[in-house]
Formats: sequence, structure tokens, C-alpha cells
Amino acid sequence: MEDQSRRDLFKIIGSSMVLSAAGSGVLSPALAQHVHAEVAAVKSLSGGPNYAPKGFNRHYFNTLRKLADLIIPKDDHSAGASDAGAAEYIDFLASRNAELLAIFNGGMAWVDGYMRKTYGSDFLTAKPDQQTALLDKLAYTKNHTPEVAAGVPFWTWVRNMVVDAYYTSPAGVKDLGFVGNGAMAVFSVPKEAVDYVMSRSPLA
Amino acid sequence: MFQAQPKTEIHDVVVIGSGAGGGTTVKVLTDLGMKVTLLEAGPMLNPFTDFKEHMWPWEVDHRGVGPNAENYFGKDIYPFGYFLAPNGYWNIPGEPFTVAPGSEFKWFRSRIMGGRTNHYGRISLRFSDYDFKPQQFDGLGTDWPVTYDEMSPWYDKAEDFIGITGTREGIRSAPDGKFLPPVAPRVHEQLVQRAGKRLNIPVIPSRMAMLTKSIHGRAACHYCGQCGRGCKTASAFTSSQAMIFPAMKTGRLTVISNAMARAILVDSAGKANGISYVDKITRQERTIKCRAVVVAASACESARLLLNSKSTKFPNGLANGSNQVGRNLTDTVGHAVSGIVPALEGTPRHNSDGIGGMHVYIPWWELDKKNKDFPRGYHVEIGGGFNMPQIGSFRGVAAKAEGYGTKLKDDVRRFYGSQVSFSGRGEMIPNADSFLDIDPVAVDQWGIPVPRFHFKWSQYELKMVQHMHNTFKELIETMGGRVTSPDLPANLNSAISIGGEIIHEAGTCRMGDDPKTSVLNKWSQAHEVPNLTVVDAAPFNGNPDKNVTLTIVANAWRAAEHLAEEIKKGNV
Repeated sequence: MEDQSRRDLFKIIGSSMVLSAAGSGVLSPALAQHVHAEVAAVKSLSGGPNYAPKGFNRHYFNTLRKLADLIIPKDDHSAGASDAGAAEYIDFLASRNAELLAIFNGGMAWVDGYMRKTYGSDFLTAKPDQQTALLDKLAYTKNHTPEVAAGVPFWTWVRNMVVDAYYTSPAGVKDLGFVGNGAMAVFSVPKEAVDYVMSRSPLA
Repeated sequence: MFQAQPKTEIHDVVVIGSGAGGGTTVKVLTDLGMKVTLLEAGPMLNPFTDFKEHMWPWEVDHRGVGPNAENYFGKDIYPFGYFLAPNGYWNIPGEPFTVAPGSEFKWFRSRIMGGRTNHYGRISLRFSDYDFKPQQFDGLGTDWPVTYDEMSPWYDKAEDFIGITGTREGIRSAPDGKFLPPVAPRVHEQLVQRAGKRLNIPVIPSRMAMLTKSIHGRAACHYCGQCGRGCKTASAFTSSQAMIFPAMKTGRLTVISNAMARAILVDSAGKANGISYVDKITRQERTIKCRAVVVAASACESARLLLNSKSTKFPNGLANGSNQVGRNLTDTVGHAVSGIVPALEGTPRHNSDGIGGMHVYIPWWELDKKNKDFPRGYHVEIGGGFNMPQIGSFRGVAAKAEGYGTKLKDDVRRFYGSQVSFSGRGEMIPNADSFLDIDPVAVDQWGIPVPRFHFKWSQYELKMVQHMHNTFKELIETMGGRVTSPDLPANLNSAISIGGEIIHEAGTCRMGDDPKTSVLNKWSQAHEVPNLTVVDAAPFNGNPDKNVTLTIVANAWRAAEHLAEEIKKGNV
């Protein structure tokens, strides 16, 4: 797309015109497509090592990053949750909601307490198999024991919010293969996708 | 500087409300060269800054849960999500309503230029011949003083102007209109079509107010699927962009936004001659004088306004000699069932955005079936596809699929796009227990007495929900899927939508030939006050399973042309 069109585009998008009479001042599909290309580029939402947590102290923020990457790890398919900014997302909201902050501070303090009692070190410094041993107890109903019951509500919170954060990030959208939010001149459905589904269905 | 103004400027026609009915009136009258003044209780709309079309969730820090994490604590500050068009809510601070003991009702208000048309689903279905004559059809409800044949040319005009997708099918419960080309069915929709074929349920191209071709200077759809967020290209119909903004350009429309109507004023002869309203920004009380009033504030707000417009001539509320203002309140019956369809798991990724909402739907198919245990019927809306991920999109799968790590990632990937949902939208028969009156003690922050709602579903609607549930379950299972929604509870009242929740309120100023039993005549003029017209869904004598907006536009168009003629003849 030519630079001139791009400038027009952003002028239109940013326009404070009150009136958008029919047929004027509206986005053409080509221009709309360009907006999507601009914003769909996968980028990291992580604040990086210099990020200053707004709600949590540094220790809990780092614990949260670790938990996020255990819940949604980097794999050969896509990036992990910490790179997708999951910890920053939760930190931002916790800084604005005291109830949420207490849930996460309390939950991570419980996790550290459990780890110290069981392994003699907090969650962050424990060995990877010790970390996952706790998560296995929290994550599966069949493993729930009275000993970990107090950690389960926090687990539900952190898992839900990490999932939310990840799949609303560029990395998560790429992982899912969402290719929409664009502009099409004609809507069409690939035959390959139809054939795939029909052949697997009882209605073939 | 002092601005000289004539002491009693008299406006020609004042329209109250800028949604489908008000927008149509404004368009038709200004097209006919008349001068119109529009009062809207909300602010002016700027699509370029107010619509969040094309925004990704990560473009906002809170990704859509609310700046203080409200969504996580059950405080839904955005009724349809952060990214949806400015739309209003069931609860508006300072503008309460009350619900009578034993009733449940949610009153949606959209205070913005264009009203609910900015965000509505844009499903555009003509009412059928029998919908206009329900009493003749099966003895229930009251007949409209208008037939389908009389309404049909107005549907033509509405469709020609709005632009509606569809195909001619020759189905009595889904009359054909003047359609733009349909949109190709998505993968899951093609699977539903096959399931429908097996079960003998018709699944036909949907009739939606999106432009598959450019008309009237509005650009054709670019298929981003985000119509609900508001469309910057105006390819999805709104009264704000398609009707009101162009009317403003004619110079014949005066817009007064943030104007909350308090009462319609009458002269000694009983003719409407003005509006008393509150300027919400300054809290100034204002009055404008006019020759005719068109009320299109939404069914319940319009009834409230008439009931609050008491005078010595109309002690019971304006135009309420029949006692029918506020009565016959209906909403649409809603019930939905979702399922996971394994055949869809792992579908090769592609862009399934299309137009916002379904590309195919199920019109009512058992019209001729005998021995049903409920009258009339419902249509079915179909959901699914690769939607843009949002906060909460995967909470269901996360809750069901235990675990974490690469297993969780795999589960979410497999689940994505494999969900199909069916939403029934059915007809409620007006009943004596469902109406609104004015609360004897409560007022809103403008000092205006608020409505009190009385609402009850009858066995007709509850039995329909049973039928919906069984049908949707059968469809999902025919596709090889498994239902993920809960089973129907023994008390069907907890499975049916709450009154007002589907936002299709109608019937509160019904039309009729007899002034003793109806509020409005066949032209939507008040029997007792000929220069007062009501043109939202309040005039409807019933609320068929065919969403109200298209009929609001057709009826308002018809009423506006009639009003213009009457004004020309000097009758109004």
C-alpha cells in the first residue's frame, strides 16, 4: 500500500468528524485490510527485565511469571505465557483491584509456604520437578488432598487469568491459528476445510 | 452575546428517540422536504472514535475485562463486552426501574444517537401473514388493523433502503423479501445444514442487514465479522449512520441530544403541542413547541412517557382512554444449547469472520404440525466458527480439561472452532400479567416517575423452551457432537430467558380499529390525539419470532408518509 493511502487511512481512523454521511468518510476494504496488517504482527507483550511491577513485589511478580510459563509453556508451536505478557496483565489488574491483589498475594504466599515446608525452598528456587509436583496436585481433582485444598482456589484464578492473557495476546492468537480480523472482497470457505470436516462427520 | 430568538419558535415535527423508528421517521420526513427536530436521551455518536471495530484485545491494558478487573468479579460493566458498540445497559446509574413482587424483568435502555441499531444483531425477518392476524390464526392475541399485503410494500421500501441478505424460499413462516446476495455458509453451518436435512429441518441463508453489495453510497461489507462493534464503513445498517447523519446534511433536521423527555404537552383542545424535557448536561428544564409529535423512544420508554404525560384532559396518561398504554408487554422467548462437535476439531485454519452473526438460520418449520403443546413457533440462530479470541473464550474448556502445560495448549487448540451453539428465539403470547405501569413512589435522577414492570411467562412459552432444547440437542447429536449445556431443569422458568433480556420489548401501545381496546389507529396515530404517532415496537399487536427491527422500520415508514400527507391536508 502506498504511503499516501496509509496516511489517508490514519487520518480517517483518527478523524474526529462527527458526521459520516453515507458514501463519504468511510473506510474502503483495502484500507481496512491495512489496519489489520499493522496490528496483527506478532509482538511480545512482556515488559522485559526492566518492567517495574505495579501491584506485586518483585518476588511475587517473578513467581507469577514462572507459574505462567508452567501453565502455558513455550513449545515448538508458539511462545509461552510470560512472553505473551500474562504476568504484566495480572499485575496491572491487581494494582487496580485490591481483592484481586489479595487473592494473588495470598495464593503465592501459600504456594511458597507449601514449598518451604515440603522442600525447604520457595517456589521460584525449587527444582523443576518439585514445582510440577505441586502443580499436579493442584491441577487434577483426583490429586486434591486436604493438604493442598487451600491452594486450589488460587490455582483456578491463576490458570484462568493466564489462559485469558495468553489467548488475547498476539502469540496466543497465532497459536490458535486465528487469521481473521481482516478484510475480504468476497467471503468464501476453503473446500479443504469443508472436506476435512464432512469426512470426519457422521453426515459424510 | 445575547442571541435573539423568537419567543415561541414552533417546530414542525418533533421525534423522540433516534433508533430504528425515530431514524426512519427522520429520514422519510426530511426526504419529503419537511423540517424535523429530533430529541435523543443520549449523546451524539462519532463512529470513528466510538466504534472499536478491528481492535485486538491486547490493544487495551485490561483486554476487555474492565479497567478494574470488573468482569472477574461478576460486575458486568459492558453488557456485550468492552469491544461492542456503545449500546446502553439494563441498569443505568440514576435511571432505575422497579419490578413488582413475583415478577422478573430487565429493562434495556440505549442512550446514544442511533439507539440499539448501533449494536443490534441485524436479523431482518418479515412478519408473516398470520402474524398480523394471530387471533384469526389460532384464537390467541389480537389482530393488527393492518394485513401482510398492506405492509408488504413498506417492507419492500425498508429492505431496498437498509440492504438485507437472503434468498427466496417460499416458506410461509419466513416471507421472502427484496434481498441482496447471501453469504456463503461457514464450515460448521454447512454441517448444520446436513444435520437439518437429515432431521427435515430447513436451514436457509440468513436475512441480515449487512451489505453484500454497495447501495445508496454505503460501501459493501468487508467481512470482518465485527458488525456488533459498530461498522466504520456503515456496511452494517444503523439508523445513526444510514438515516440520521444524512438527514443532518439536508439542513432540515435539528438534533437535540442528551434530551430526556419528561412529558408531552397538550393544548386545551387535546392536541399535542410541545415537549417538556431535561437537558441532561446542564439539568435545565426546557420546553419546545411543535405541530406534531412522533414517539419512538422504545416500547417501554414510550409507554412510560405517555403515562407520565398527565393533564386535566388526559388524567390517565396521554392517549390512554383505552387503558391499554403499558399493557400487552412482550419480549422474545430465548433459550440456547451449545455443544462440542469432534468432526470440527482440527479444522484447517481459515478466516471464518464473514458478516457478524450467522450466515444460515432455521425459520420455524412446524407451522402446519397438529397437536403441538404450544402455539406459534420460533426461529433458530446458529453460532460457531473461528471467532476472535476474547477474555473468557476458553474458560469453559479450561474448566473441563484439567491440567496445564503443553497438554492445556493442545486442548485449547483442539477445542477452538469445534463449538456450535443454537439459540431459539420464540414468540410470546401477550398475557394479562405482563405490563408496565408507573411506580407510585420512585423517580429517576431527573425527577421523572419510573416504570414498574409486571412480567410472567405462561405455559405456552415454557413448553416452547422444552421443544427448543430437545431440537438443539438432536441437531448437535446428529452432527456427532455432545451437548455441553446443562440439561433442562425441572422448573423451566430457570431455563427460559428473563423478560427483557432478549431486548425485543413490544406491544405497550397496541394498534387497533377500536379506540376502546387500542391506543393507536392503523397508521400508528393515537386515536385520541391525531397529531401524536408512536413508531417503535409499542404499536405491535404481537411479537412474532421475527425480530422487531425490520417491522419497526417498515411500520414507521408507512406512518411517516401518512403523517406527511395528513399534515399537507391540514388534518394534523
